[in-house]
Amino acid sequence: MHNKTIAQLSQGLKNRDFSSVELTQHYLQRINSSNLNAFISVTADLAIEQARAADDKIAQGKANILTGIPYAHKDIFCTNGVKTSAGSKMLDNFIAPYDASVSHNLNQADLVMLGKANMDEFAMGSSTETSYYGATLNPWDGKKTPGGSSGGSAAAVAGRLAPCATGTDTGGSIRQPASLCGITGLKPTYGRVSRYGMIAYASSLDQAGPITQTAQDAALLLNVMAGFDEKDSTSSQQKTQDYSANLNNSIKGLTIGLPKEFFADGLDDDVATKVLAAVKEFEALGATVKQISLPNSAYAIPAYYIVAPCECSSNLSRMDGVRFGHRCDNPKDLDDLYLSSRTEGFGEEVKRRIMIGTYALSAGYYDAYYLKAQKIRHLISDDFKAAFADVDVIMGPVSPTIAWDLGSIKNPVDMYLADIYTLSANLAGLPAMSIPAGFSQNLPVGLQLIGNYWSEAKLLNIAHQFQQATDHHQQTPQ
Amino acid sequence: MIDNDQVKQIANLAKLNISDDLDKTTQELNNILALAAQLSAINTDDIVPMSHPLNMVQRLREDEITETDNSASFQAIAPQTAKHHYLVPTVIE
Repeated sequence: MHNKTIAQLSQGLKNRDFSSVELTQHYLQRINSSNLNAFISVTADLAIEQARAADDKIAQGKANILTGIPYAHKDIFCTNGVKTSAGSKMLDNFIAPYDASVSHNLNQADLVMLGKANMDEFAMGSSTETSYYGATLNPWDGKKTPGGSSGGSAAAVAGRLAPCATGTDTGGSIRQPASLCGITGLKPTYGRVSRYGMIAYASSLDQAGPITQTAQDAALLLNVMAGFDEKDSTSSQQKTQDYSANLNNSIKGLTIGLPKEFFADGLDDDVATKVLAAVKEFEALGATVKQISLPNSAYAIPAYYIVAPCECSSNLSRMDGVRFGHRCDNPKDLDDLYLSSRTEGFGEEVKRRIMIGTYALSAGYYDAYYLKAQKIRHLISDDFKAAFADVDVIMGPVSPTIAWDLGSIKNPVDMYLADIYTLSANLAGLPAMSIPAGFSQNLPVGLQLIGNYWSEAKLLNIAHQFQQATDHHQQTPQ
Repeated sequence: MIDNDQVKQIANLAKLNISDDLDKTTQELNNILALAAQLSAINTDDIVPMSHPLNMVQRLREDEITETDNSASFQAIAPQTAKHHYLVPTVIE
């Protein structure tokens, strides 16, 4: 049952092959006996209650395609009455008093929340190791990282602890764990999915999206996640589409751009081989390939590691021990209350990024760092504009390597370099996906698809056509 | 390059205490700033900074009350409150 996709489970529920309560209990049992540490909280009672309500709707003929489908919810989305920690000690005692818009939308669509998925603290990390609740393990090899920051979500889907999950992607946090865990992940265009109630890391980059086994499932989930939300001032009023409608369109005549900068030094040879083999598969499906250049993409790392810390230093100033979250014991005075609560509540990587952001935004340094990075962001965006004049989609690797050993990257800057291929899409605000493209040393390799603004339906169509012709996405860890 | 004194000042601005790991923190921050220094390699004289990926303008709405009173549920999760206020250590005697 747990190897089925959302589409198949939905059919099973409709046919009464099993009930949502049975399905939910099956996944809860799998979570219980799993050692992946994919969840921070398991909300079993709530899940059964939601599954019962879903079964009632199915019995009454009032079900939609997602009614009764269980999911893992990244612990960055506020969930009314349920602990929402963002992977931090700072919010270990935080019971969200309201629902994020994404949580609300999923509830409205009758999905069943199994629990809150593990993540790097405040989404700051590429390995899920910065979580206060310990690292998540990669289902393909428990010694390896599942990637991050949505590592709990990706491991839950790959480990078949949930048929689908939510994630957020500020610099690759949906695509990179999807790649390292061998599943499908989509980061939509900036502003497509509401950020309301999604604990902010870097507000001009953060975007939520689905993590699933297949592109077909990602479309189903995006259909309920996407849309304008007046509660998010950066939410776009661009009309949504039925993201499932175009999945079966032919991709004959599709022009794929391969940026030479994505295949330069630093990319593992075997990862490159697998990515290029996937591109060949697209050629067999009728696509043509064009070499392109994104000349400023190398600057994505320094630009991101200024923009994101600056915005996080501002966003995380609300964590002050006064209104919610961790408060230190017996503060001497108000200053000590702030200082001790924050020092005790935040982990090392979060402190580092707050410090960098505070420095880069301080008097006399703003122009040299934040403003400069925002200008380079423009150049990176212009590179994509020029590329999309000639090609329909850009393809390349997601991560320069397969999943690495937990604990093996000790220098923070080395970890940042692993984000090289994913950061540009966030800086430009473009939609991008990771889909399974094969294996290297028995670990998954992901193929990245980057599309033009609002081309989610096209990306899902391209990914779906690839998944109709290949079986990489059907492989499951032992 | 920043030195330990600057790092102490940044920590104070950020309301963090890093005195136990000062040398290590300074080293790590300098490594990150060395990465950021690559930015100065590009000439950006005539480039407009990009603050929003879609160049959207701020959406405005009528100045109406849209929030209901949630103070009870919001204060229920606060560390310390009294009479609808958040309590902190005494600031003025």
